[in-house]
Amino acid sequence: MRAALIIAGKDLSQRIRDRSAILLGLVAPLGLALIFSAIIPSGTDSFDVKVGVINQDTGAISATFVDDVLPAVERDGIMAVTSYGSVETLEDDVESGTLNAGYVFPAGFSEDVASGRGGSVLLIGNVDSTISTQIAKAVLDSYLSEVDAVGIAVGSALINGATDVDELTAKALATPTAVALADTAAANRELDATTFFSAGMAVFFLFFTVQFGVSSLLEERWYGTLLRLLAAPINRWSIIGGKALTSFVLGMVSMIVLAVSTTLLIGAEWGNPVGVLILMIAAVLSALGIMAVVAVVAKTPEQAANWQSIVAVALGLLGGTFFPLSQAPQVLAFFSKLTPHAWFLQGLGDLSAGDGLEVVIIPALAMLSFFVVTIGIAFVFGRKRVLAL
Amino acid sequence: MNVLECEGLLKAFDDLVAVDGVGFHIAAGETYGLLGPNGAGKTTSISMIAGILESDAGRVTVAGTEITTRTTDGKAQIGYVPQDIAIYPDLSARENLQFFGKLYGIPKQRLGSRIDEVLEVIGLSDRGDDRTEEYSGGMKRRLNIGIGLLHEPTLLILDEPTVGVDPQSRNAILESVEQLGRRGTALLYTTHYMEEAERLCDRVAIIDGGKIRAEGTRRQLVELVGQRDTISLGVVGSAARLVEALETIEEIESITSSEGSVEILVEGASRLLPRILDVAQQTGVGISGVEVVEPNLESVFLHLTGKALRD
Repeated sequence: MRAALIIAGKDLSQRIRDRSAILLGLVAPLGLALIFSAIIPSGTDSFDVKVGVINQDTGAISATFVDDVLPAVERDGIMAVTSYGSVETLEDDVESGTLNAGYVFPAGFSEDVASGRGGSVLLIGNVDSTISTQIAKAVLDSYLSEVDAVGIAVGSALINGATDVDELTAKALATPTAVALADTAAANRELDATTFFSAGMAVFFLFFTVQFGVSSLLEERWYGTLLRLLAAPINRWSIIGGKALTSFVLGMVSMIVLAVSTTLLIGAEWGNPVGVLILMIAAVLSALGIMAVVAVVAKTPEQAANWQSIVAVALGLLGGTFFPLSQAPQVLAFFSKLTPHAWFLQGLGDLSAGDGLEVVIIPALAMLSFFVVTIGIAFVFGRKRVLAL
Repeated sequence: MNVLECEGLLKAFDDLVAVDGVGFHIAAGETYGLLGPNGAGKTTSISMIAGILESDAGRVTVAGTEITTRTTDGKAQIGYVPQDIAIYPDLSARENLQFFGKLYGIPKQRLGSRIDEVLEVIGLSDRGDDRTEEYSGGMKRRLNIGIGLLHEPTLLILDEPTVGVDPQSRNAILESVEQLGRRGTALLYTTHYMEEAERLCDRVAIIDGGKIRAEGTRRQLVELVGQRDTISLGVVGSAARLVEALETIEEIESITSSEGSVEILVEGASRLLPRILDVAQQTGVGISGVEVVEPNLESVFLHLTGKALRD
């Protein structure tokens, strides 16, 4: 153990001195996390859909939408709503991009709906704001579905002897929906953009950071110093232990510093610190194992660095570190489970939902299984080639 | 008492037997040379002696402790200087020495002063804090040796420490080795330079094809050759044609040739030289130079193996 600490101490001082570990382990991921979080909005918090509305109708159905539904949506921060007096002005603003979309309720809309003739609402969308227009349409569709339900309810009331249609309609629209679907799984288990990119970049660059430790064994061979280590009065396993310790320390320092700095600088919310620490340890070990396999197969330090970069980028892309897997095709989401990155981000996502520490067990075990398998492969291939054990 | 004892060392890499039954011993203060051409088995032998490489058979003890790849205590008695420069280029000489000093368990309170002593011995006191990547080849070589000396080993193994070194640095290295021998350190020195073996070594083993062909002091080894001299001819033209013609002279013991020269081992060079030059003239091969060398380790090697050390 003493020899492993001495070797790790020497390796760490070399890595700090050449600054490449600091660059790849701290500067690059932090810089990219800052850039990504700045240019990509976080969830729907700042996704501001600007809509205009003209209500030429005087009935209860349009009034409820304009006076109750739209203000509620505005309060949720999804939309900014502006009332217009003329259709032409609204159309001009949509066309110019001042508005993303506009609603026009024509005169007699509520009466047409209530009488069963069927009314129509005009939704005008900007051609360059397809997502915003879809959101505006979704809000309207949602409301109109409720109107259909109200129509059924009012019809039933009339059959049973009620007489005042307008009063019934207003009451029914004001009544909260009896059954509401809450998509908590989708809404809460996904990291906000800032945290996602902070964690994504941290785990992506982790694979570059840990390579410095495991690949230094190749450097020792390249510089001839491995012969001196083998001739020294130390156990050969302490050489491997020292290299692994170097990788582990570099990886953990990189992850912890990134978590703390992104929390303080850009408000990332990593979640329960104990759970995050467990996930980090598992992620670092899995990265260490994978990079060790590449290192023992390579013949020179340069070859190892090239191959490790390819593996790190490929796994990072597959693992969804640059985009949420929820937005990826199903097949990619499936194959992402073959990477530690996806498990790490899933674990953080589950933690962010506010569940207990038990939610990190499966992601951590998945990452540790990567470690066990890859370190076994590295041992089998590497012990003869590198250390003649 | 012998510091190093090894016997029956055997190492094969697949079908190639690199070392075949090598054994010898070195006493305290003795410098022992392994003299042989590249590929003779010198480095493989000392790798097993230093506990770097596992032997297929045989036994090594240093100061009474058996050495294998798994032993740790006994290795502290050995200083190892690899053939290629083995230092960390991004560390200073002092940092290189500190790292290996810690690995060899030199106490912290002793390490600093010991590093100063070694830097003084290898002549790097004024450059000790510079990164070694800024050093000349000779300075790196000296540090390479200094690391091996740092923990004051009982046995110092030097694997061709002067390969690729300029004459000035080479001489400095040889002087350092001589000093170490005088201080009582047992030295195992491998080389393919006959002059180094003759200058440094109390005893020499001639090694070729993984086997020790002969062993002894310089005098003992030269006696194996008898009164044989080596005639070295500089050749202009086909050396092979000259060799073919010279093979008709029965008194010639052995002939080796390389591009531009032919070496002939004979008894009584002065008597045979005119006849040899006649044969050369008859074959039409030009002679650019003639040198007669009295018996030395080179001629011993030629006598024992039928080939020159540089082959």
